[in-house]
Amino acid sequence: MKDKKASGLSDRSSDIILVVLTAIIIFIVAYPLYYVLIASVSNPYDVYAGMTFLLPSQFSMAGYAAVFADKSIFTGFLNSIKYTVIGTVFSVVMIYLVAYPLSQHTLPFRKALSIFFIITMYFGGGLIPTYLVVKNTGLIGSMWSLFIPGGVAVGNMIIVRNYIENSIPHELMEAAEIDGASHLRIFWDMVIPLSRPIMAVMVVFSMVAYWNDWFTAMIYLDASQAPLPLVLRNVLIKSSASASQAATISGGYAELNKMTEMIKFASIVVAAGPMLIIYPFVQKQFEKGMMAGAVKG
Amino acid sequence: MSSKKQRGGAARLDSANQVSLARQLSDHWQLYLLLLIPVVITVIYKYIPMVGIQIAFRDYKASQGMFGSKFVGLYWFQRFFSSPNCVRMIRNTVLISLYSLLWSFPVPIILSLAINQLRFHRYKRVVQTVLYAPHFISTMVICGMIKIFLSPSGGLINLILGTKIDFLTMSEAFRTIYISTGIWQEAGWGTIIYLATLSSVDTSLYEAAKVDGASLFQRIMHIDVPALIPMAVLNLIMSAGSLMNVGFEKVWLLQTDLNKATSDVIAVYVYEQGIENAKYSYSTAVGLFNTVVNILLLVIVNKIASKASDVRFV
Repeated sequence: MKDKKASGLSDRSSDIILVVLTAIIIFIVAYPLYYVLIASVSNPYDVYAGMTFLLPSQFSMAGYAAVFADKSIFTGFLNSIKYTVIGTVFSVVMIYLVAYPLSQHTLPFRKALSIFFIITMYFGGGLIPTYLVVKNTGLIGSMWSLFIPGGVAVGNMIIVRNYIENSIPHELMEAAEIDGASHLRIFWDMVIPLSRPIMAVMVVFSMVAYWNDWFTAMIYLDASQAPLPLVLRNVLIKSSASASQAATISGGYAELNKMTEMIKFASIVVAAGPMLIIYPFVQKQFEKGMMAGAVKG
Repeated sequence: MSSKKQRGGAARLDSANQVSLARQLSDHWQLYLLLLIPVVITVIYKYIPMVGIQIAFRDYKASQGMFGSKFVGLYWFQRFFSSPNCVRMIRNTVLISLYSLLWSFPVPIILSLAINQLRFHRYKRVVQTVLYAPHFISTMVICGMIKIFLSPSGGLINLILGTKIDFLTMSEAFRTIYISTGIWQEAGWGTIIYLATLSSVDTSLYEAAKVDGASLFQRIMHIDVPALIPMAVLNLIMSAGSLMNVGFEKVWLLQTDLNKATSDVIAVYVYEQGIENAKYSYSTAVGLFNTVVNILLLVIVNKIASKASDVRFV
């Protein structure tokens, strides 16, 4: 009896230690993001004076107004939306076109086809040979250079393939086949509807990848086609005001400087915000999906 | 052709139900139709570039193409090894990834051991959601945040320290910045795989250990840690195979003229020589050198790991 009580107490104290420990970790991870959010609606001078550790100072949405008034940032924003939508559709379609056939054990040469795709996960041509092929196939300057050369996202394809194999009852597909349903019909009427949860994960993963990508656009596209992160390179990394920004501001250098600083914080929120809002919706699914992919990777 | 005959023959011997390969192929034509476009794209944009690596041994001229340019043997490799910054680049590449691996590798394991033992499910979920967040942010934005936080005038770190240090101009600070922010961004995401592994641990083991009077720490050390070891070893081997793959994006964005003594890495050089200077063959040769070292490391680590334990993954 005494023993039980003692172990219960030590369990409670270790619970407390764990909670405190994880709370500190949460703070370390979340605080920089919170700080940027606070700073984006504060007066930039107050931010740099250290007056915005906890709450905004002189609340204003001027930074956001400036971000969307900046022509190059706004164009980048629209470009990013376009690339994300088209790229996501392309990627998810490609994943399914491969995952479904490879999930069918009766498919002749299934193993060889799997290896054919998996090899590309580990070996590649490298930067320049890939660049030259993209160039020779005439994709430079076309937005398709962002999607097509990436081919199939093999890691994600394996997750979907395993999901189809493990989560859709085999008997169901066999019964449909006996009833005379073709492979395409089974794919369309059965596999796609029944694999919606994992499809949601693939949609989010692809969206994140395209929304955040800038390197591919930097090497293959013109400046006018740049997506948001690439446009933000001028603001965030080179710390320079864009030309369109300088032209619209009349208050001289100090005012321009203030504007540049405000835009920095607001543009970070605009660039990072959308994906941070979306991922919690499919969090449970990707936790499951990663396991399925890992077991038979 | 011969495999077709063999399979067909085996099928006939096997049972009457089995059909010939030709029949099987025609039965599955719709599946091959689905595969057609992905296979074509993969051949063109993945396999042709692999073959194209041989321009590392040629003097590539656009007019003569990837397969017709003059063969120059190891000329580009010799040029790389005799370039003034060669040793510095190899050293920086190895050191950044080695320190990265040593510091980053244990963090997700420790985090997942702690998260797994949280008993309040709502809170556990919140912890996981917050820890995953930085993974979903673009490298560009992360580097922008790093620049802002480390700014000598009014950056968060300098405000807290009460100093005006320009960290990004200090070559001795570069690796610390690179690695600590990398842990901040990816450690949470790295817990997924370990948490998934821990979720398959039989909970009756915990109960049994509790009855025996094992403390939480003892339960973690004797039940959770052994369950994680195979996955951890696998991850370690995989990381060893990319030891020379320093992420180009982050280094390139955080590099300044003043921190180049530690931030000058092969990946950035490959980009500068290839894309900015259009020295295609030279850039490919340097990249190929990097890949070969990676493969060698992978083989060595795999040998050591399979000797040390009975696990072999690659």
